[in-house]
Amino acid sequence: MTVDRIWRLGFAARFMFAVLRYSGASFRRLPLTLREIYFSGVLSLLIIIVSGLFVGLVLGLQGYETLQRYGSTEALGVLVALSLTRELGPVVAALLFASRAGSSVTAEIGLMKATEQLKAMDMMAVHPIARVVAPRFWGGVISMPLLAALFSAMGVLGGWLIGVVFIGVDDGAFWSQMQSGVDFRYDIWNGVIKSFVFGIAVSLIAVFEGYDSVPTAEGVSRAITRTVVTSALTILALDFVLTSFMFRGTS
Amino acid sequence: MVLSDDILVDIQDLHFNYDGRPVLQGINMKIPRGKVVAIMGGSGCGKTTLLRCIGGQLRPTGGMVRLEKHRVCEMSQTELYGLRRKMGMLFQFGALFTDMTVFDNVAFPMREHTDLSEAMIRDLVLMKLEAVGLRGAHALMPGELSGGMARRVALARAVALDPMLVMYDEPFAGLDPIALGVIGQLIRKLNDALGATSIMVTHDVHESLMIVDYIYFVSQGRIVAEGTPDEIRASTDPFVHQFVHAEVEGPVHFDYPAPSVVQEFLSGGARG
Repeated sequence: MTVDRIWRLGFAARFMFAVLRYSGASFRRLPLTLREIYFSGVLSLLIIIVSGLFVGLVLGLQGYETLQRYGSTEALGVLVALSLTRELGPVVAALLFASRAGSSVTAEIGLMKATEQLKAMDMMAVHPIARVVAPRFWGGVISMPLLAALFSAMGVLGGWLIGVVFIGVDDGAFWSQMQSGVDFRYDIWNGVIKSFVFGIAVSLIAVFEGYDSVPTAEGVSRAITRTVVTSALTILALDFVLTSFMFRGTS
Repeated sequence: MVLSDDILVDIQDLHFNYDGRPVLQGINMKIPRGKVVAIMGGSGCGKTTLLRCIGGQLRPTGGMVRLEKHRVCEMSQTELYGLRRKMGMLFQFGALFTDMTVFDNVAFPMREHTDLSEAMIRDLVLMKLEAVGLRGAHALMPGELSGGMARRVALARAVALDPMLVMYDEPFAGLDPIALGVIGQLIRKLNDALGATSIMVTHDVHESLMIVDYIYFVSQGRIVAEGTPDEIRASTDPFVHQFVHAEVEGPVHFDYPAPSVVQEFLSGGARG
């Protein structure tokens, strides 16, 4: 059991190197990757935008609720922006991305395997990792930071809607405090790094689970479950590790 | 006796183990150029494994597969890919790419391996589809095709690059008698038109006897009989006889190995 797991981890690592090694075609033949960016990224826009907006709305409400006790409701902008760019944007967007796009990538590759499409491709002298896996991997890696950025932007908009438009926090204070309180390198850039790391993790898990699935209906469904569960755990664990390196109370 | 130059595929003493279980145990075959050869046997006797050893997708545990002058089992991935451009393979259920149209499926090997212009690819694809009678279906998705049509599209894709060797894995499985006859005729016709060599793995005796030049019977990982269709029809070999006449009992048993009936039912006291 343990040996099997360790063996699988080693297999996953070798798989990652194979994906990197055969990534040339994904960039030489851009349409292949663009197509995957469309499927993973563009089609995830709706869920990302709507969720981002709602998370922002809730942040606005809860933030105001707490801040008004201390009479510092003008800080609402900083609170909303910092929580989104540092944590909620990358993490929640990655969780949504794993369940929306990661699961479908796993299902697609798993079913291609189950219906012998990958073997057929291999017999036609086309490497399945180069043609099928690598474009999906890079499509996910490229989409993820963009989606996280959109999520954060929508969240800030949501916080502004609740705080400024509905509750009546001062508009100028909201934005100027946010502008002075959010550091580009420290807050935004670290958030971008996080979302990039999550993008690599989720995409790799999704393509690996699909490629390694047992080629039956049951096997593919299990692989999809594993993609969502493993991605969620990996995102949250990586987030803790990254946060502990990035934010050490020095700001 | 055929000259050795005319042998396209030469298999010598091929062994293959799967998880320690022997699947192939010393297969010897010589497949001459230009012929259609059938490999027959019951389900699970190692036919598909044999095909995948020839294509280099599986590495045999012993013995040798020689294709032209290449030793398939010793080639690197790159060399194998070079060789596979000259091979076509039809998978059991077609294995069409479900996210592409019929046209794009047939165009796939051309787009991957050649620098032909789109206009040229279009002409070639339509010619291949015409050969299998499905030019009118080029805009359909694989999900909209019947089983027989999907098999014909897969056949067009397998011969897209005019291969010298075409392999068929159960080309007749799950087809109605008409579609079955159509596929059988196509295999023969395409083989002769392309000057290719075909290896067909199947358990459909009657269709195969009509179209092939030579037949090998495989049972439990060994070749148990071989011959031309006429020799096979006249054969008195008990295995061939059972197979050709679809008899329930013979050298191949109907029952999966089990303890004797008496023992099984009388010892089952726990359930009582």
